[in-house]
Amino acid sequence: MNAQTTIPRTAVRSLRRPPLPPISSSLARHAILIAVGAVVAYPFYFMVSSSLKPFFEAIQVPPTVIPQELHPENYAEAWNKAPWARYFANTFLIAGVNTVGELITSVPAAYAFARINFKGKTLLFTILLATYMMPAEATLIPNYVMMAKPIPGQSAIFPILRLGLYDTYQAQILPFLASAVSIFLLRQQFLSVPNELHDAARMDGAGHFRFLWSVVLPISVPALVTVAILSFYGSWNAFQWPLIVTSNPDIRPVQVGLNAFRAEAGSSYHLLMAAAAFVVAPIVLLYLVGQRYLVQGVARTGIRG
Amino acid sequence: MLAENVAAYLFLIPAFAVLFVFKLLPAIYAIYMSLFKWDIIQGAFRGIDNYTDVLFGSRAEAWWRSLSTTFTYAAITIPFEIAFGLVIAYVLFQKMRGRGIYRTIFYLPYITSTVAAAAVFEWIFHPQYGLLNNILASFGAGPLRFLQEPDGIFQMIGSRFGLAIPDWAAGPSLALTSVAIFSIWHFLGFQIVIFLAGLGNIPAEYYEAARLDGASTRKIFTSITLPLLSPQIFFVFTIATIGVLRSFNEIFVLTNGGPLDTSRTTTMLVFRTFFQQGQIGLGSAMGVLLTIVILLFTLVQFRILERRVQYG
Repeated sequence: MNAQTTIPRTAVRSLRRPPLPPISSSLARHAILIAVGAVVAYPFYFMVSSSLKPFFEAIQVPPTVIPQELHPENYAEAWNKAPWARYFANTFLIAGVNTVGELITSVPAAYAFARINFKGKTLLFTILLATYMMPAEATLIPNYVMMAKPIPGQSAIFPILRLGLYDTYQAQILPFLASAVSIFLLRQQFLSVPNELHDAARMDGAGHFRFLWSVVLPISVPALVTVAILSFYGSWNAFQWPLIVTSNPDIRPVQVGLNAFRAEAGSSYHLLMAAAAFVVAPIVLLYLVGQRYLVQGVARTGIRG
Repeated sequence: MLAENVAAYLFLIPAFAVLFVFKLLPAIYAIYMSLFKWDIIQGAFRGIDNYTDVLFGSRAEAWWRSLSTTFTYAAITIPFEIAFGLVIAYVLFQKMRGRGIYRTIFYLPYITSTVAAAAVFEWIFHPQYGLLNNILASFGAGPLRFLQEPDGIFQMIGSRFGLAIPDWAAGPSLALTSVAIFSIWHFLGFQIVIFLAGLGNIPAEYYEAARLDGASTRKIFTSITLPLLSPQIFFVFTIATIGVLRSFNEIFVLTNGGPLDTSRTTTMLVFRTFFQQGQIGLGSAMGVLLTIVILLFTLVQFRILERRVQYG
């Protein structure tokens, strides 16, 4: 199997747009897009408008489309009902460390696969491909068991490695410090660096590290941003893993906190919608700022979330 | 050459150390644990008994039903995802005013976390206060219980018209269908991204030539756009199938596998077995079997990609 051809790229050679045959009229196109767009966007409008309504209006039948009274203080009330500051701080910490850590491990690994000829390259690349294909479901239970405390009187290493990290930040960070997808994506970028640059750097006596640091990385910023955004996005929306390896609210992230808040809020639906809105807000902001990178990352890696 | 090797290994150690401990080792552990009775703590060696329990024995009914539920979920989600994604990407692809705004809106659900989005949909689907029942009521229909309705949708439609639908044709429960509706909404942006990228790869000359020959818009769509997009369509099909086989969050949050287990997909079953019932050995056996199913689809997907790169 030629590893080169199996990289999961969805072929974004360019995003240039040759003219397509026009659909009967531009009016019809806008009509389709507005109709579908309204359906797609409605839940967001519903979330924000409900979050501003008073309790009784929020559960009124039929619902009011435009809030009759505006109650922005719902946000403060929702914020004070659960340890949100803590949830947010935890998530920023976990997502931040994961993002930086993933870059630190992926960049050199991708460089080695792209630009160094070494013994065992094919084997290691095949192993990397295998970890890429291995779905998280395959490793969920053993990872969970590994996080448990060592059983007294039993070995902490054999037959199962016991890390004793249940209910810690480390449990939410360590498994995500490397990702095959990021390595593939960066490798693709590093392969596109012209060989002449490499030869010139060699002539100047630069080793791999210096070439990577002062030539390859500066011209690879868009790819690095894409990897960083995908990684941050993944950590921000992480749910199942933190749900099972934590129980202490002090170290839980926002998504797990929001899930708990669904029960706590009960029928205070306006407060639940306010909470959902501020949990979604940071990632929407990130998306609005870095849309190009996120979209490109999705198109290239085929990560479906 | 030695120096090159050393440099490469140093560069690879950080990533491979993490992947070894949290990916490769656990994959081996999963198989190991699946061979034992392992209820919270490790018990007696059982050989392949966990597997026979899952496939033919005490857990067989739940297992096969969960697989059937999972593929039903795929069948009522993926065709719509592909159809909607294709149409919208096609319309969005052309030069027009406000394209950026439309794109931003269509991608929005995809970047939103499942928990937050599901909290909104739970309310839209609410049997008493929900928006959907309000709309239905204005047509003199409903109310429906949506996420709490275990009856099959074909059965419900049939009984509306006085037809008795046999059990085997009852169709997916309305609860599972509601989750599917959520899922279609949630992943629409993903399909659009992939299809837009595919449309960008179709040479403009093809369209120009077809138009010079006087081909109609529909003809151009069916004889140029669709065939040349087929790699993307296959890609979305396989990756969406894998996505459904792995889907957990939306089901956990919206129905928790209920009502009457009608939305208990395989991932939900595995989750309940190992996490809620503490049956780690049995759960691992299910996990290994599920992984095999997922890997089959992954291999198909890689095959398609490989072929496309070679001949495409």
